[in-house]
Amino acid sequence: MWRIVHQFGSPPWVYRFCDRVIPWLLPITVVALLTGSIWGLLFAPTDYKQGDSYRIIYIHVPAAVVALAGYYVMALAGLVSLVWRVKLADTAMRAAAPIGAAYTAIALITGAIWGKPTWGAWWVWDARITSMLILFFLYVGVIALFEAYENKTVAARACAILSLVGTVNIPIIYKSVDWWYSLHQPASIKFTGSSAIDASMLYPLLGMIISFYALFALLMMLNLKQSLTEEYAQSAWLNKRLTA
Amino acid sequence: MTTALLEARDLSIHKGLRQLLKDVTLCVEPGDLWQLAGGNGIGKTSLLRSFARLASIEVYGDLSRCDDVLYVGHSAALKGAMTPRQNLKYHPSGLCTPTDTEIDEALAAVGLAGYENALTARLSAGQKRRVALARLFLPSGRLWLLDEPFTALDVAGVAVLEQRFTAHAQAGGAVVFTSHQSADLGDLRSVLDLEQFRGD
Amino acid sequence: MTEARDIDILHYCRSQTVRQLMLMVRSPSEVVNPLLFFLLVIVLFPLGLGPDPEQLSVLAPGILWVVALLSNLMICMRLFVDDLEDGSLEQLAMARVPLSVAVLPQLLASWLASGLLLSVVSPLFGLMLGLPLNVAPVLIASLLMGTAIMLLLGAVGAALTVGVQRGGILLALLILPLYVPILIAGTRALNEALQGGDPSIALALLGAGVTGSLVLAPLAIAEGLRVSLEL
Repeated sequence: MWRIVHQFGSPPWVYRFCDRVIPWLLPITVVALLTGSIWGLLFAPTDYKQGDSYRIIYIHVPAAVVALAGYYVMALAGLVSLVWRVKLADTAMRAAAPIGAAYTAIALITGAIWGKPTWGAWWVWDARITSMLILFFLYVGVIALFEAYENKTVAARACAILSLVGTVNIPIIYKSVDWWYSLHQPASIKFTGSSAIDASMLYPLLGMIISFYALFALLMMLNLKQSLTEEYAQSAWLNKRLTA
Repeated sequence: MTTALLEARDLSIHKGLRQLLKDVTLCVEPGDLWQLAGGNGIGKTSLLRSFARLASIEVYGDLSRCDDVLYVGHSAALKGAMTPRQNLKYHPSGLCTPTDTEIDEALAAVGLAGYENALTARLSAGQKRRVALARLFLPSGRLWLLDEPFTALDVAGVAVLEQRFTAHAQAGGAVVFTSHQSADLGDLRSVLDLEQFRGD
Repeated sequence: MTEARDIDILHYCRSQTVRQLMLMVRSPSEVVNPLLFFLLVIVLFPLGLGPDPEQLSVLAPGILWVVALLSNLMICMRLFVDDLEDGSLEQLAMARVPLSVAVLPQLLASWLASGLLLSVVSPLFGLMLGLPLNVAPVLIASLLMGTAIMLLLGAVGAALTVGVQRGGILLALLILPLYVPILIAGTRALNEALQGGDPSIALALLGAGVTGSLVLAPLAIAEGLRVSLEL
């Protein structure tokens, strides 16, 4: 266990790993994104109730799914940093936060765009959208806390604690918002529930979710490499690698 | 076998991107009086705080110490709205639960007899410092970590404190303190010049 | 040599509670101000919404809870500031009891002065918003528990931001999202009571929240305070 943690915690190893994976991941992500979007936007059948406007779920749903997963990635990195004091985990946490926040923002914006033709309003206090908005604030909180500290090592520790607190709270927040929504809204509006989705619509959606995950991993690696380049600008291994 | 009260091996202390101190090795045995010396900004306080385990995130290396520690920092941890007696009785470090007589004796020892029930806010800076140092005259920890204990004290106050240090060391305790002045502590005192550990 | 005596955790907590209450009594404005703030904001709502008692009583649960949330935020902003400045916090961290236990007396004292007090007088504020007196027990019970959870969660944020310049707004950003479940359960309990329903589910959830946060929050508070002491 120790050895694994330390290998993952070694900046040169991770840097090399990123360098090796990115050339593969980049084309895979691009192809997956293109395939998913073309399939979803052009070939998936039209919804009988919503028409073509439903197609925005091919962006909205994957963004929302990965945004939530991104918070857990960030919190996991925070946990590793707290428990094993692996400095790289700090960097990973820092890399994940803005990407997760961006995904959340995309989910919110596409949700609003989707809301206009569906509900006739840009903003509806739907349970999922509300939860997403709170998730956005949780992300922004972590980023703001990190920026508030001058000493970035200390900042990372503070953010690790905050993201863990957030992790414990997210399920509670999601559940309570669901509860709140079910009490205040008539059931007729609630169409995003577990209504069966046809396979012809589902597969492109799954494809998009996977490609959004791939995009997250890709962005995370690029971000990580960038941070490592800044942090270890003086160190021998990095200079050797950059000049090679 | 004498058990060391504090043992630091290859301690290095960072502040953000800067390495403040490196490879600090120090063993504090009962009866030792260690003065941490060095110019402004070298990291005396940071080292002392790392000994106290108040700083740990940016401290690397091995540190073991006894639990029985009394720390007096720059800030006196006194509440102006309470009297010196209350401040000592309900001190947040909770190291001891002193009786009122013990507190009054301690306050008398630092020359504050008659001020037991004055509001701490009304005391002068030197007097507040003395209240903070009165903790040394109460039943308190074996290892003392004191940050600039001599500042804001007059000559008489310094002498009282020096005597107390010596007595504590002779009784089997130890003191680690930071100071610019060279205190008159006889041959019990050892000086650790931090200049030799300056980081990169 | 003067050995430090063994510390009894209970004795330590008692002595620290006395200290905190003593400080509280000597600066009564810290106790009264959040209450005045609460009252003032309550007064603003009828001025903004109109004096119609029917409409006010419909909105009252939400108004009361949002204002309770805000006044709690104000208390959290002050929570550790003085103690960090005057060195009390580092002495607290030097105590030979776990820091997560050592902070409890202060939280207890803060809660007694803010949460308890607010809960007890809240039916008066409720009357001003047209809430009938028969919901007072539910109002008091939900606020007693809700303010305790809010204080515990808020203290986590306060611990993380106390060393930061202009930490106030940041604190709001960090902890208000975490208050969402409390707001939902609290207003739910009140609405159920108003409509003659059963508020016990919402109250039970608040009770679970108190238990959970009492177990977990002190750990996070202690870690947060240690971070702030590093600076």
